Amino acid sequence: MITFTLKKELQGAEGILSLNVKQHVNYGDFVVIMGESGAGKSTLLRMLAGLEEGEGEIKVGDDYWQQGKKQLPVQQREVGFVFQDYALFDNMSVKENLLFVNPDIPRADALLEMMEIRGLSERSVQRLSGGQKQRVALARALMRDSKLLLMDEPLSSLDPRMRHKLAIQIKALHQRFGLTTLMVSHDVAEAKRLANRLWFVEEGKLNEYPLSYLDTLEYQ
Amino acid sequence: MNLDLTPFILSFKLAFLTTLILFFVALPLAWWLSQTRSKTKPFFEALTALPIVLPPSVLGFYLLVALSPTSPLGAWLSSVLGVKLVFTFEGLVVASCFYSLPFMVQPLQNGFESLNRHMIEASYLAGKSRVQTLWHVALPNIKPALITALIITFAHTVGEFGVVLMVGGSIPGETKVASVAIYEMVEVMAYKEAHLYAAILLLLSFVVLLAVYLFNQRQKHKAGIL
Repeated sequence: MITFTLKKELQGAEGILSLNVKQHVNYGDFVVIMGESGAGKSTLLRMLAGLEEGEGEIKVGDDYWQQGKKQLPVQQREVGFVFQDYALFDNMSVKENLLFVNPDIPRADALLEMMEIRGLSERSVQRLSGGQKQRVALARALMRDSKLLLMDEPLSSLDPRMRHKLAIQIKALHQRFGLTTLMVSHDVAEAKRLANRLWFVEEGKLNEYPLSYLDTLEYQ
Repeated sequence: MNLDLTPFILSFKLAFLTTLILFFVALPLAWWLSQTRSKTKPFFEALTALPIVLPPSVLGFYLLVALSPTSPLGAWLSSVLGVKLVFTFEGLVVASCFYSLPFMVQPLQNGFESLNRHMIEASYLAGKSRVQTLWHVALPNIKPALITALIITFAHTVGEFGVVLMVGGSIPGETKVASVAIYEMVEVMAYKEAHLYAAILLLLSFVVLLAVYLFNQRQKHKAGIL
């Protein structure tokens, strides 16, 4: 189980917002995090990954990633992270992006195969479409044996058809690897397809809602 | 008229060594300046940029004072390391490194700051250290800035005058670089020779700058910006 209690002051559009969150995640959970823009969803993911500092505690199994002021460096946290803007290494080919994370060639080939982009292995990532780039980013995030997969609006910059296709692939990857996943999203249909738990960041707090709450959002 | 190429050879040797040394000195400094959120950053940025605004004679004067055998540093260098840095080629290299520092640091820093921050973070998330990230991710992705830094530093060092004259003087074959040679030719009214030397420097400088701009244009085409 992963548990965390985190605090951070955020500079929002309407002044300073105090983010004060406490939650737990069971192994294998797929949590979709929703909430208004600027509520602190991305900051929460970044604090869990070690990319931003905050006060509090993060416990993963028996290990502490953060305890008071003691922070485990981002390099040692065993987190897979997918950014909205892909954040691929532009100087490398598709396959090199994966092998830079972990020089395990069979694993890279298998992931590229699953993402249906093995034919693009040698291509420079600068010459890919948005959907192809995000599939490379997903495969790259799975190159390490991570304890947690964090995805910050991974599908929001893609067209509806590609969003649908990638959501199906994410679902398949989750079912295959059972990787504990937190995903920020604004899309109700996406959340319904993927989530087994639903969190909302509201006024600095992290509240859990039943999945049925998504039905009420769908008709609003 | 016999064209003595020694001053040009000295100038290019000086520029090559300065560029090489500065690359390794400026790289970690530029990387740190681009990544740090420290409140001391403006202090170091101002210190690094000083040679751009300082009159070369001021920088040359202070370097001359600091490196002279009567100063504590100069005395230490001379007695412990046996190195004499005033009116020697080695002294010119040290002085040039100070003088050309901002021309290497600033393009590199600008290049690093223009990188997608998430790309750098993705490297850390992949378990890579700061040095690995700098070498394998950041540096290969700022090629135009890197080429600009190397070439402008080289060209700027070739064109140095005030600092080299103050620290190196004009010893033929040792410290008399091309720009100093031109100054001396004008002093003795050898205008024909001065013209020739000046034209060579002018042409070389233009070719170097043209190469930088052509390279950068090609890189932008490649990246689909133009």
